[in-house]
Amino acid sequence: MDQNVDITMKVNGQQVSRRIPARTNLVDFVRYDMELTGSHVGCEHGVCGACTIRVNGEIVRGCLMLAAQAEGSEVETIEGLSDAGEIADLQKAFHERNAVQCGFCTPGMLLTAQELLKKNDSPSREEIREFISGNYCRCTGYQAIVDAIERVAEERRG
Amino acid sequence: MVLREIRVKPAPFAYVRTETLDQVFDLLDEHGDDARILAGGQSLMATLNMRLSAPEVLVDINHLDGLSDISCDGETLKIGALARHSQVLESADVQTYAPLIAKTMPHVAHQAIRNRGTFGGSVAFADPAAELPAVTRTLGARFVLQGRNGQRTVAADDFFQGLFETDLKENELLVGAEIPVIKDGERTAFMELARRHGDYAMVGIAVQGRLEGDSFADMRVGFFGAGDQPILAKSASAALNGQPNNEDTIKKAQESLNADLDPMPDLNGPAEMKMHLARVLTKRALAELAS
Repeated sequence: MDQNVDITMKVNGQQVSRRIPARTNLVDFVRYDMELTGSHVGCEHGVCGACTIRVNGEIVRGCLMLAAQAEGSEVETIEGLSDAGEIADLQKAFHERNAVQCGFCTPGMLLTAQELLKKNDSPSREEIREFISGNYCRCTGYQAIVDAIERVAEERRG
Repeated sequence: MVLREIRVKPAPFAYVRTETLDQVFDLLDEHGDDARILAGGQSLMATLNMRLSAPEVLVDINHLDGLSDISCDGETLKIGALARHSQVLESADVQTYAPLIAKTMPHVAHQAIRNRGTFGGSVAFADPAAELPAVTRTLGARFVLQGRNGQRTVAADDFFQGLFETDLKENELLVGAEIPVIKDGERTAFMELARRHGDYAMVGIAVQGRLEGDSFADMRVGFFGAGDQPILAKSASAALNGQPNNEDTIKKAQESLNADLDPMPDLNGPAEMKMHLARVLTKRALAELAS
């Protein structure tokens, strides 16, 4: 059987078609074929959250989904969210609160934070911690990240 | 492009996005052991990435119609095999008719994984450390297994048979779960001990039952991470039924866990540590159930 697949999807609003090996993970497709390297590859088995990508409006592990499975989907990466200005306030708060150190976890952390704030506009610190528990950060100790997300939640409520 | 050549994780395989059950059974018949069903993929993809598994064909069932519904007729809560964990987590029917599952879902992995992982996938994979196999067994669920020529229904107690082993045949597909609706007066408790919220627990417990006056009744105590399969702790449940809710009864239930559980040592610690944690959880969960 053919070990390649033809796929068509939207990546950050742009329609793309490619022929790729069926075994290609979505995050590798985004990084190597689309040359969008903001989504990071850490553990490669679903533990660290660095590869978080949005598919049809919901965050997924980019390493636990095949690119072939995103056929016909809307895929959004940190580059798309960033360019659209959708998370400008989160990025600013992360910067100001020093919630970014080495930056490896940051794209995944931002996408996860954005999904939380879309579901819950006034999360408690405990709820923030629980929601980002699937995203490892080895630098900050999380305190500053929770601070930043909490502040953006407050700002968005106005 | 140079970068493109670096991209290698799973061993090569063919991929088929199926649209009908017939297509699934054709592929299963043709490829047998060399085909794997791809549902949410949140366990399978990790094993592929690590090359612990190297199927020749992945049969993607995510686009089969009618397998994602959650519904209730007042007696049985039906959860389609392809219902995503996030869908189960947010379901009002699950909250109302199976509160034990509602209490469980926030502990099943993390949001990005819950958005993909499926109820049926977790059950069919039968990981003894996962929450849903143990919780469905605790609830006395039944699973609907679809073959080319019809369906059969199997009780969770008979479905789970060993380490990642189930009654599911090579040419069958798990299409749904049927969960008895919680009865008046029944109470629930769910707890797990994990180093990080959402990770596999070292040990976890799920309990459903009643208090008649001060005595336990119809108790079902389940465990995960405590043996080679999801466990319904029959001795501990029996030790509680008809007995008053006091220290002596709890102690007897804790002692009877020796007959129910057979935890495996792992990176978290030795088997005796897990037995200790199971006893601690038993006491805490029963206190919560009674509160």
